[in-house]
Amino acid sequence: MPYSAKGETVMSMNRREFLKIAGVSTIAGLGGTAVFSHLGKNSLEAVQTSPNTDALTGKQWGMVIDMDKLKSEETIKKVTEACHRIHNVPDFGNPKDEVKWIWTETFEHSFPGQEHKYMSEDMMHKPFLLLCNHCTDPACVRVCPTKATFKRKDGIVMQDMHRCIGCRFCMAACPFGARSFNYRDPRGKDANGNPFIKEENKEYPTRMIGVVEKCTFCVERIEKGLKPACVEESNGALVFGDIDDPASEIRRILNSQYTIRRKPELGTGPNIYYIIGGNDYAVVPEIR
Amino acid sequence: MKIYDGGKILVGLIIFIALFASPFYLNMGKAVAKPELKFDTPEIQQMEKETGKKQCVEPKEFMRAEHMQILNNWRDEVIRSGNRDEIVILGHKYDKSLQNGCMKCHSNKKDFCDKCHNYMAVQPYCWRCHIAPKEKQS
Repeated sequence: MPYSAKGETVMSMNRREFLKIAGVSTIAGLGGTAVFSHLGKNSLEAVQTSPNTDALTGKQWGMVIDMDKLKSEETIKKVTEACHRIHNVPDFGNPKDEVKWIWTETFEHSFPGQEHKYMSEDMMHKPFLLLCNHCTDPACVRVCPTKATFKRKDGIVMQDMHRCIGCRFCMAACPFGARSFNYRDPRGKDANGNPFIKEENKEYPTRMIGVVEKCTFCVERIEKGLKPACVEESNGALVFGDIDDPASEIRRILNSQYTIRRKPELGTGPNIYYIIGGNDYAVVPEIR
Repeated sequence: MKIYDGGKILVGLIIFIALFASPFYLNMGKAVAKPELKFDTPEIQQMEKETGKKQCVEPKEFMRAEHMQILNNWRDEVIRSGNRDEIVILGHKYDKSLQNGCMKCHSNKKDFCDKCHNYMAVQPYCWRCHIAPKEKQS
């Protein structure tokens, strides 16, 4: 009994006081240990970092490829070579083992189902520049069993080479053929002793045998505030930007020009848009 | 109990045990030299000249024990989260990267990485993809 017969408290503390003290000591206890453990860790120097403010930011990077401006073979060669050079993409000299991040295909193979037999010769045979579509809902990401390939917050479909086990599910899933498997060691040499990577870019890693690789939209350049290498080499034929931003250059182009995408019916939401262009009724064969 | 061909078996056993144990008694009392890492690449000397200190991202003891954890964390931050904040050491900025960060100072893979890894018989597969810098020595 806390009260005596006369009604005065016997214990030195009533319930309210007890609860106050209990509460305070609990907080002190919890906080106290934190203070002590921090003191212990003080022997470590905190790593100082400086935030990376250079990076380009966007919600869904995309690209417009203007085939009207991408007419010379030379530009196409410059674009693909720049990409493959800075990313140490090996050249196995053999179409079966080919590793490609950016490459060309005919209209028929780029936009299957869109071709017809009355198309101009020029359109039929001109090379279309293809690369990873950095899809909005990428099939490769859905099938990857190790989450080695994943979609970044800025929309880039990224490949984490540390996690890739080379199962090639992504290659089967990708409807655009954007992924290549390293069937051979990219650091190796061909029969004549020439290395598969002609000139190593020391700032970028190579890959090893048994992993899948593809275009990364030059994520390492975007993080430094630079546009992808292909865009830089393209003389304005390739426009890179944030598809999600209505004020971006790329959106202005999409707003004013008719563009098509590769296989949109598959529902992966490709983010590379093509301005097909063409000759303005240039070569109409004479009707006899 | 009689052991058939007991003599031969015993001799065989003794030879076997002697061979089996040979690495132990041949190396008895001999300590294998501890790997001595070199921290005197031109870059590190330059750092010492400019700032009067040799400093890494964390103290030596911590780096010795935990560098692999740091590298793994950096890898996850850079690739998975896209966090490429730079590391600042004595006012200098470095990329959060093995190839473009660590090796910018430790440009002596053979006398730095390999020495310990060989001693400990560990084979990290960093260098199957990442390109080691040109070997530099003081």
